[in-house]
This record gives sequence, structure tokens and C-alpha cells, in this order.
Amino acid sequence: MISLNVNGKNYRVDVSDDVPLLWVIRDHLKLMGTKFGCGIGECGACTVHIDGKAERSCAISVKEAKGKKITTIEGLPENHPVKRAWIQEQVVQCGYCQPGVMMQVAALLSEKPAPTADQIISKMDDVICRCGTYLRMKKGIKTAVQMTRKEGK
Amino acid sequence: MNPTISRRSFLKITGLTIGVSVTPFGYSLLNAAEKKDFNPNVWLHITSDNKVTMYIGNSEMGQGVLTAQSMIIADELEADWKKQVQIRQGGANNAYKSPILGAQITVGSASIRGFYEPLRKAGAAGRAMLVKAAAETWKVPESECKAVLGTVKHEKSKRSLTYGQLCEKASKLEVPQNPPLKNESEFRYMGKPMPRVDVPEKVRGKAVYGIDVNDGNVKGLEGMLYAVLARPPAYGAKPASFDQAAAEKVKGVVKVMPIPMGIAVCATSTDAALKGKDALKVQWDKGVLPDMDNAYVEKLMMADLDKPGAKVHEAGDAKKAISEAAKKVEADYYVPCVAHATMEPLNCTAHVQSDRCDVWGSNQNQTLCQDMAAGITKLPPDKIHIHTTFLGCGLGRRGFTDFVPEAVILSKALGKPVKVMWTREDDIKHDRFRAPMTHRIQGGLDAQGQLVGWSHKTSAISIMKPINPNAIKNGVDYYCLWGLWDVDNSPHWNNRIQYEIPNLYIEMLMADLPILCWPWRAVQNGPNAFPIECFIDELAHAAGKDPLEFRLQNLKNNKRATRVLQTVAEKAGWGKPIPAGQGRGIAQHACFGTWTAQVADLSVDKTTGKIKVHKVVAAVDCGPVVNPGPLVEQIESGITIALSTALKEEVKFAKGGAASTNFDQYHIIRMSEVPEIEVHMVKSTDKIGGIGELGVPALAPAVANAVFNATGARIRRIPLTPEIVLAALKSK
Repeated sequence: MISLNVNGKNYRVDVSDDVPLLWVIRDHLKLMGTKFGCGIGECGACTVHIDGKAERSCAISVKEAKGKKITTIEGLPENHPVKRAWIQEQVVQCGYCQPGVMMQVAALLSEKPAPTADQIISKMDDVICRCGTYLRMKKGIKTAVQMTRKEGK
Repeated sequence: MNPTISRRSFLKITGLTIGVSVTPFGYSLLNAAEKKDFNPNVWLHITSDNKVTMYIGNSEMGQGVLTAQSMIIADELEADWKKQVQIRQGGANNAYKSPILGAQITVGSASIRGFYEPLRKAGAAGRAMLVKAAAETWKVPESECKAVLGTVKHEKSKRSLTYGQLCEKASKLEVPQNPPLKNESEFRYMGKPMPRVDVPEKVRGKAVYGIDVNDGNVKGLEGMLYAVLARPPAYGAKPASFDQAAAEKVKGVVKVMPIPMGIAVCATSTDAALKGKDALKVQWDKGVLPDMDNAYVEKLMMADLDKPGAKVHEAGDAKKAISEAAKKVEADYYVPCVAHATMEPLNCTAHVQSDRCDVWGSNQNQTLCQDMAAGITKLPPDKIHIHTTFLGCGLGRRGFTDFVPEAVILSKALGKPVKVMWTREDDIKHDRFRAPMTHRIQGGLDAQGQLVGWSHKTSAISIMKPINPNAIKNGVDYYCLWGLWDVDNSPHWNNRIQYEIPNLYIEMLMADLPILCWPWRAVQNGPNAFPIECFIDELAHAAGKDPLEFRLQNLKNNKRATRVLQTVAEKAGWGKPIPAGQGRGIAQHACFGTWTAQVADLSVDKTTGKIKVHKVVAAVDCGPVVNPGPLVEQIESGITIALSTALKEEVKFAKGGAASTNFDQYHIIRMSEVPEIEVHMVKSTDKIGGIGELGVPALAPAVANAVFNATGARIRRIPLTPEIVLAALKSK
């Protein structure tokens, strides 16, 4: 039995230590917002926050996540600027990669509330969107930054 | 999004229901109440709670079809989008078959161009029936009644009734087959940006894709198994040995079962299935062509160009015209295999029971899913229930549903629901790729620089031969030729070379290779537009003409091509100076009834060979526009993925099979490489065309032409990787 804290809730799951966190989140906790894209940490579709940092849940074992605060797309507040900006700018197309993308952006903005263009690229080049929504993502990030700034004041 | 409505629950609902009957001869509108044996596949359903429910039979893969088709119905119905309209994914049924494609399939940019008229008529028929029901209720002439946002009003007497109040009475009326349609000026929704209905649930992480189907979100899947397959590494390879016992020892593995597609490992979780697969340690034989690698493929297909091909089209005497031409140009081109690599890997969940079979998943071809499942289960098609989820991108790949039989076979054998998941490695290695092509083009110009002859030989891996040999006519697979040539009266509209060429000869060869291919966004419009538009540039250069001017000169009678070329030229500032060191290229293309022209601006780093595309400007003429926001997104998206193929993508082959495995080796464009993109819609009242694939074909040639403009090097193949660019610069 492994204890996990996901989206503020405690779970106990009967899996071996080496199972990738992704499959525990999906198959055992049935939180399907976190997606399988590559299994090798290349595409970012499975991105979650572990203690506030963006991590690839396909490439870390459940053991490594034990005792840490895990947040999935379902746990990112509905009024989070990234979620609102993504709707306002209609960023998504097929949407499959976007939960991971949004978690990547949310982690970036919590670290750097007003990232430079280079800082954005250096983080966002770690994700793949086959629909090619990258320009909309850029718009979404800009809008989320503005929302945060306005509401922070 | 609610799953498919069942027939039983549907028949419990009363109200006005308008459906459609599609036959090979066309379609007609139906009223549920008129037909005793009415099936639940309808377009719109109005209920006494004053709700209007739209059922959409096309698949949503981010192109916004749920929203756009519903907008068309809602507009003509004069429904209140915010208060009344709810949208559902329809099941699989003949009634949803595309009037132009003849199957329930979301391909060929056909969802709007195919359904624009029938959906307008369905909405308008509903409106006419509701107005008639109100007029009869009030005993006033219909002409005095008007439908306004979900209500029928009688101005004179200041009376009004909602659609909910009228639907019962309206359901007793006959459906008009040719109801009066709105004028464009009366459109309430069409032509104005509407937020997509699928966006909020996708952003919340609540949208269900095929891969997400499980016993937590679908009833009846309790005890489902998760399966993965060990698949042959080479085409035609058979397993020589595998360790079944070792796999079955893995905790959670329930069953190891060889099936025609590979060796399936079924387990109680994905992780256990993956571990079981690793434990199989399968030894495979060498397959049908163990020597095949990239060099083998390219060499064979280039050598094909020295052989006589099957005649596709002949007008005038191209050979004579070219031999007598003032100037003659000849060039060979190569476009390699690219993978679909949709972000959601292929997958399917099936539950076969004695009297029914349910199939859940992301698919673009409900008709084929149903046929395949019926073939395996021997159940009649109406017992095969196809539940279409959201698609994690399609790009055409999910139009061939080879992922369905695996799940159906396993569920039938094990008596349990089974989800088969393809790993990313499976998804890339076992993709059915965009068919590679070689081309040899000869062109002739007269003394004025006018195109007088064009002779085009191409070799391609046949798309249709492995699955439907009857589709090959006299050695020609037209699917491979779209963008260059297509059959007369093709339902795919205008996928032919646009230039006015008095003497044109086209011939093709089908390359004898075991690689499986399938339509990839824009089908072969991409691999045909590349050589055509690059060659046009070469001809323009030979004629000493500006590439834009040369195109216009050879498209004199083509109003829509001319319009997009002129628009893109104006918007991109064609002919104006560009920053030193940069290059600018242009290309145009028409497919699926829509025209586009694109201009690319870029720089080439002459020491590394790296291309940086700065900006792409596109002009588009698709006739009427339904939902402008997603339409522009589709063009941006097409340009982006086409740039990925132009600069980066090429499937690697080794030892007789695909060797590219995952995103660490098969590189896809990322944010830093995407240029600024400007899309300009040409105001057009011409026939409505398709949009989903249009962004792709003109981009790669525009980029290659810009590279020539920047460096003087003609590169006649993609991808334009740094190595290939450097080699071209050196050999210049």
C-alpha cells in the first residue's frame, strides 16, 4: 500500500513502488485529466505538479511522489487564471495535450508571474501539441499574466 | 458531452424531432412522428422543456464540428443558442452518413461542405413547422407569424408561444423538403465568432477521450481489462518464440493471447500489461523485406521514375510541346513518409456480449468501426453500438480503424470489456504513414514565358491497394494523386493542378514496398503540392519572371486562385524589399473546394544550415464562413503541422520496418520554431469549401521557394533539415 496526496485528498493504493505515477493517477484514482502521450517525459501531456513544480508523471515512479503534494489538472482551481485564459483565448483544439500544457504554464507563472519571452519558450519548448496551438498558447499565457496582474492589485 | 443516447430513452422523449434519411441518391428530411420505425439518429430534437438538442454524427477532434454544425441548425431554426441549445454526439448510423462521402466518416474536410445545405434545411424545416403550428393554434395566416429566438410571435395580436409549447403540435405536421432558407443578412450565428462548446470541459480536464474510457466513467465496464500488444518490428514479421509463462507471472496479468496483429497481454491495469509485454521477450522472424531502410525506399522510388507508368491523364501532346518549347525545365522531387503521431495514442475499448457489442473510442469512421466489429462478432450492424468520444487529434489516422478489431477480438475471447492501448512506440512504428512520393516533372515554356507543356511522372506507395484493391483503376490509385489529379466529379472537389496547361501528361507508378500508408491531413495534396509549386517556381525563374506574376499569368481564368494570390501578395507586401539575408517564397493550392495562397519569410543560417521561418501570411477563399474563429485556427494549425513536415519530420526505416519510435527520435515542431502567422479570409459568396486540411499543402513549397530566394539553392525534397540545407549550399 502506498499513500498519496492528490489534489488535497489522501489515497491509499495497492501498487508496487516502481509504477509510473501517471498510471496510478489514471487507472487507480480514475483522474483521467492527466494524459498519456509518450511515456518517456518528452511531450508533457502527463504534466502534474509535485510540491508546486511541474513534473512528468509518466517518468517518475509512484514511490518518488510518496508524501508529496500532487496536483493534477482537476485540482487546479476552476478560477485559476490559466484555465480562464485558456477558455477566453480558445487555445485548445483537440485538447488532449492541454491539461499537461496548462499545468506547465501554471507552474511557470507561479514561479515567474511575468515571464519574458525567452523564459516562456524555455519552458514551453518542453511540450508538444500536434494540433499546433502554440500561437494560441502564447496568447493564453499573455492573458493569464494580465489577469494575475490585474487581480493581484 | 453526454454519451450516445439510447434508442429506448430517445423514444420516451416526445416533441418535434427532425432527422434525415441518406440514400445513394441524396437525402430527405424526416419527422420522428411520421415514421413508426424511427431510429434515434437525428439532427435536432425540440422538447416541451423548450430545449433544442442537436445530435452531431461527425467526430470532434478540435476542428469545432460540434459547434459549427449546431450553429448552422440553430441559425436556420432561429433557436436561442444560449438558452435552448444543447449538443450531443450522435451514435453510428446510416442516417449520419455524409451526403457526399457516403459513409459516417470525418475526413476530406467534408463536415461543413457536405452538411451545410442539409443542416440548413433541417433547421429551416423545423422553423417552418413551428410557425405553421402556431398559425394553426391562433387560426391566423402563417405569413403573419414570425420565429424569433425560440419563440413564434404574432405581432398583430401580441401573442407568442415558445418552441417548447409548440413542439407537440408541430410534430404532427409533415416535414417540408424545401423550406425557405434565410438570406445571409438574416443570419444570427453563422459568420460570427462563436466560442466552441467543447473548450470548457477540455480546459477543466473533464473531457473524455477514447483512452479515458473506464469503469469510472462508463457504466457496465466493471472488471474491464487493459491490454497492450507486442507488435512485429518488421513488415510481415511473425513471432518465432515468446515467453508466455514469464508474462503471465507478472502481477496483474490475466491472459496472454496471440492474435493476428501481435501478442496481446491483458491485465488488470495498464502498468501490469506493459510489464507483461516486456516479459514476453518475443523473438520475431525477419519479415518480408529485411533489407528495407530509408535509402532502399528512396532509391527504389527514384528508380521507378525511369520506368513507364500507368497513364492518369492526357490533354494535348505534352511530349511534343515540351520538345518544341523555347525553354525546357526538368526536376525530380522526393517527399518521404511522415507519421500522424496524434497526441492521443491509438486505443479502443470494446465489450462484446451475446446480443450486443459496444465500442468506445476516438474514431473518425463510425461506419468502418461498425463493419469491422460486425465482421468479428457476427452480430448485425444494429447490435454494434459505436460510442464516439472526443478525439485526441485525428489527422486522418483514426479514419482507418485498425485499432478496433484488436479490442473486439480480445473482448469476445475473454468475455470482458477490454481496452487496448497503443504505446507511443506502437503508434509511430505501426502508423499508416503519409504515402511517400517521388516525382519527375518536365515543363516547357514558350518565348513569352507561358507554360505550354507539363509532363509529370510520380511513384507512390498505394494507399488503397492493401485494404481495397478494387479502388485501383488501371494501375492508378487516385488517393495518391490528390492535388495533382483526381477523378471526374470527385466528392473531394477540385483536388487537381490549377494551372492552365494546354498539353498535360500525368502517369503514375505504385511503388512495390510493404509500408502501410493512409491519408494524413490533406491526404496527398501535401506531397503533390510540394513538387508542383516548387517546379512552378523553377519555371518562373527560367522564364525570368516574378514567381507571383508567373503564377497569375498561368491562372488567368481561375478567379479564386487569382483572388487568393493577389490577396496574399498585398497582405505580405510581395515585391517590397525584405530585410537583408532573408528569403521570401510563395505558393498556392486548391483542395476540397477551397483555395489558398501562402507567403513565407525566413532566414537560413549558412554555417549551420538551420532555417528560421519568421512569418507566414495566408489568404483563403472557402466561400461562406460558418464559424470564423475555429476556421482561422484550422489554417494556423495546418500551417504549423506542415512546417513541422517541411523542416523536421521523416520516418526512419531499418531492417524491414519503421525504426522511429518516440518523440525523442521523431521530432515534431515546438513553440520556439513557430513563426508569426497571419490568415486573411477573402470575402466570397462562391460555393462553400472545406477548411480542415487546407493550411497544409502550400506551406512546404512556399518555404522551399523562400530558401531558394534566400540562398540560391533549390532543394527538391523535404524535410529541409540543417544537414540537407548545408549539403545543398555546398553543392550549389
